[in-house]
Amino acid sequence: MADTGLLSRRGFIVGTGATGLTIGILASCSPSGTKPAEPDYSNLPPNPEVNAWVHIDHDDTVTVRIARSEMGQGTLTGLSQLVADELDADWDKVTAEYPTPGENLARDRVWRDFGTGGSQGIRGSQDYVREGAAAAKAMLIEAAANEWGVPASECTSADSVITHGPSGQTTTYGKVANAAAQLAPPLEVKVKDPSEWKIIGQAKKRLDTAEKLVGAQVYGADIQLDGMLNASIKQAPKIGATLKSFDASAVESMPGVKKVVSVKNPFGEGINAVAVIADTWWQANKALEALPVEWEGGVDFSTAEFEAELDEGLTADEAFVGNGGGDLAGAFGSAAQMVEATYNMPLQNHACMEPMNTTALYTEDRCEVWCPTQNGESALAAVSEASGLPIEQCEVYKIHLGGGFGRRGMPDYVHLAVLVAMEMPGTPVKLLWTREESMMHGYFHPTTKARVRGSLDADGNLTGLHLRISGQSILAALIPQALQNGVDYATFQGLLPSGVDPRLEDQTLKYSFDNFLVDHAMRNPPVRPGFWRGVNLNQNAIYLECFMDELAHAAGRDPLEFRLAHLQDAPLAAAVLQAVSDKSGWGQDDGKARGLCVMYGFGAYVAACAEVTVSDDGELSIDRIVAATDPGNAVNPQQIEAQVEGSFVYGLSAMLYGEITYEGGEVQERNFDTYNSLRIADMPEVETIIMPSGGFWGGVGEPTIAVAAPAVLNAIYAATGKRVRQLPLKDQNLRDA
Amino acid sequence: MATLKINGETVTVDAEDDTPLLWVIREQVGLTGTKYGCGIAQCGTCTIHVDGSPVRSCVYPVGALSGEEEITTIEGLSEGASHPVQQAWAELDIPQCGYCQPGMIMAVAGMLNDNPNPTDEDIDAEITNICRCGTLARVRKGIKLAVEKS
Repeated sequence: MADTGLLSRRGFIVGTGATGLTIGILASCSPSGTKPAEPDYSNLPPNPEVNAWVHIDHDDTVTVRIARSEMGQGTLTGLSQLVADELDADWDKVTAEYPTPGENLARDRVWRDFGTGGSQGIRGSQDYVREGAAAAKAMLIEAAANEWGVPASECTSADSVITHGPSGQTTTYGKVANAAAQLAPPLEVKVKDPSEWKIIGQAKKRLDTAEKLVGAQVYGADIQLDGMLNASIKQAPKIGATLKSFDASAVESMPGVKKVVSVKNPFGEGINAVAVIADTWWQANKALEALPVEWEGGVDFSTAEFEAELDEGLTADEAFVGNGGGDLAGAFGSAAQMVEATYNMPLQNHACMEPMNTTALYTEDRCEVWCPTQNGESALAAVSEASGLPIEQCEVYKIHLGGGFGRRGMPDYVHLAVLVAMEMPGTPVKLLWTREESMMHGYFHPTTKARVRGSLDADGNLTGLHLRISGQSILAALIPQALQNGVDYATFQGLLPSGVDPRLEDQTLKYSFDNFLVDHAMRNPPVRPGFWRGVNLNQNAIYLECFMDELAHAAGRDPLEFRLAHLQDAPLAAAVLQAVSDKSGWGQDDGKARGLCVMYGFGAYVAACAEVTVSDDGELSIDRIVAATDPGNAVNPQQIEAQVEGSFVYGLSAMLYGEITYEGGEVQERNFDTYNSLRIADMPEVETIIMPSGGFWGGVGEPTIAVAAPAVLNAIYAATGKRVRQLPLKDQNLRDA
Repeated sequence: MATLKINGETVTVDAEDDTPLLWVIREQVGLTGTKYGCGIAQCGTCTIHVDGSPVRSCVYPVGALSGEEEITTIEGLSEGASHPVQQAWAELDIPQCGYCQPGMIMAVAGMLNDNPNPTDEDIDAEITNICRCGTLARVRKGIKLAVEKS
């Protein structure tokens, strides 16, 4: 095992005896508030941790242990704020570190879940993280009180200083941290009431910005170990294909080449990948490109042909029911007007800026990896599985991610790196995928279509709604044991009933409909799906909220008023919708084309109003976005704002450009020239309204993605009178119907 | 063998002529602030300066250098992150994951070398780097703040 004594002091030391490597998640060991004139503590033994969550050095540096991964979403800073606030720490002396998954395992999972997804980073751990900090604070105060021989109840804490009220004596956390560590943790701790928060809720700067401005932030792709070799990999380009042959002798004499190997992707059949190991990655990749390789077998899958299956599902007799109630047939039978529309969501690649990579060091009794992962524990399991070593003989050192978005929750790239490194025992090998490999071998946002029908009465009231989803299930492919009687309830994200499954309560439908049905005809292509930032909320928001707009217009009603009429039981949803409407100037007769969207997902209420113009030749300009979010408690408003702004880049990139297609079983879009992403010229101004209503913890990183596309699509209708129902937009002419 | 002047120092590396400058900088010079994103000059994460102008180093073969050019990477842009672009980026807390930001900062700094007062249209035309986290709204604000600080 890694030396936990090292790990628990000073932070940043995530290295091993084997290599002596140290890597910080933050480049500087000295937080900004540490002054060079501090006394020299180097003759003192290092302080032990106060508890699993908190280490405090002699100089009062507080190091917060963060189990979740930082991939840009700001969780590292937000969780540190939770701990620092509950601890009454001096924020200027707070820094953070990752414990390792191996250490978590050895300590009976003291840090619990390392998984970083589902916008859970803060909301999913805020309770035990704050309790851990509150316990540490109680221990520090007790240690000071013991030293002074006074009751702890007479002592107070603020800014890392403990004060004994009656005598006026003071000490600092760093001075009593060692004594505190010897104490038994309190049996009960009480966390602060939100009214007592001083650091939570503040727009603190991120803890990890400085190193990102000078190129000092170390990502997985940047890992450099003594004696390390580099590898590039080519996996079977066609789904299900296997390796027929390769001619290593053709490239073995190329500069730097050490070895040509074949390995098996754990998620495929047979030997289905080749890799070249060389001194540098460029040499490895050049040789790999020159390597004669033949593949055989595989599935001739085509997304164009799969359309027919999706279309069949739209009207199929059998479908899984996700939500519904009332008498839909009756409503449709007595309709004054029926409205119908069909929408789609193509496959999407996560397209993290940092291509997939892992560095692995294998010996016959130990395997260690350095990897950017959203789930350190599943990465650890993958290391054990790939190496065949007991999990106790494996370790994962988490490195900052150059984007995750759900892709790096899957451990396939870790597994492959271990298999490649096993060909070079005792030598660390960094396996870095090309952009093309990362594009072709993704876990794609699932593809679905929806047929939505609604009935209006003579007064323009919505009397019935049927939302039929046809298409791919993530759980069926990745976590089949999570299906319930065959149903993938995650497919119905944002459309689920309340009060049925507490685990899905953060994904419920907030509209009230009298007669309605939401169902899913599962149609699975042979393409591996994945959790893609926002997951199924993304397309469900398009299906529901574009259709609500269509219904409102068909009824001759204002789309805001029409929505609010069905949000009477959801005042927080109505509030975010009203907020964006008020700020954007909705309803003003100013010639602006606006579109609305409101959604509830990942436990947060979100809404957007988009303003667009479409030129006479059909060129779209997204001029302005007003977005509102109510995540209950807002830990860091400026970081929430950053996530909301960023959500429009990710969501609108998908709407404008995002589409992965297969021909002959192979992905066609292999780089950013054919899988484009929104650039600054397309980026609208985003005005963010953060309106935390308190009393709950909602997510931030994902929910707003879902409102981006529907708000813009509805605004395009307002501008042109044309409904765009087929994505991506790049293939559509916005002027000619 | 190739000789480079990089961040004010002259270094000699053993690299094939067709090796992109990006990989020479990362693997042979050992400066990993410059990132690999696409390899086809699409995303801009690999942006460096050659004689003060922004260049996408992933498609710039080292053999095309004469050895006289001044190459600047993110590590050499300033002392102590003091360049106005870095200061603006710090003030607005722009990076999210940060992987694209060395290239973004170098692209912006390079643009400002040639055009100290860019219009929005200039920014749209010059700054085409991809950021998947979505810092682009703040990047535009950051450019304007950097102009003020220059």
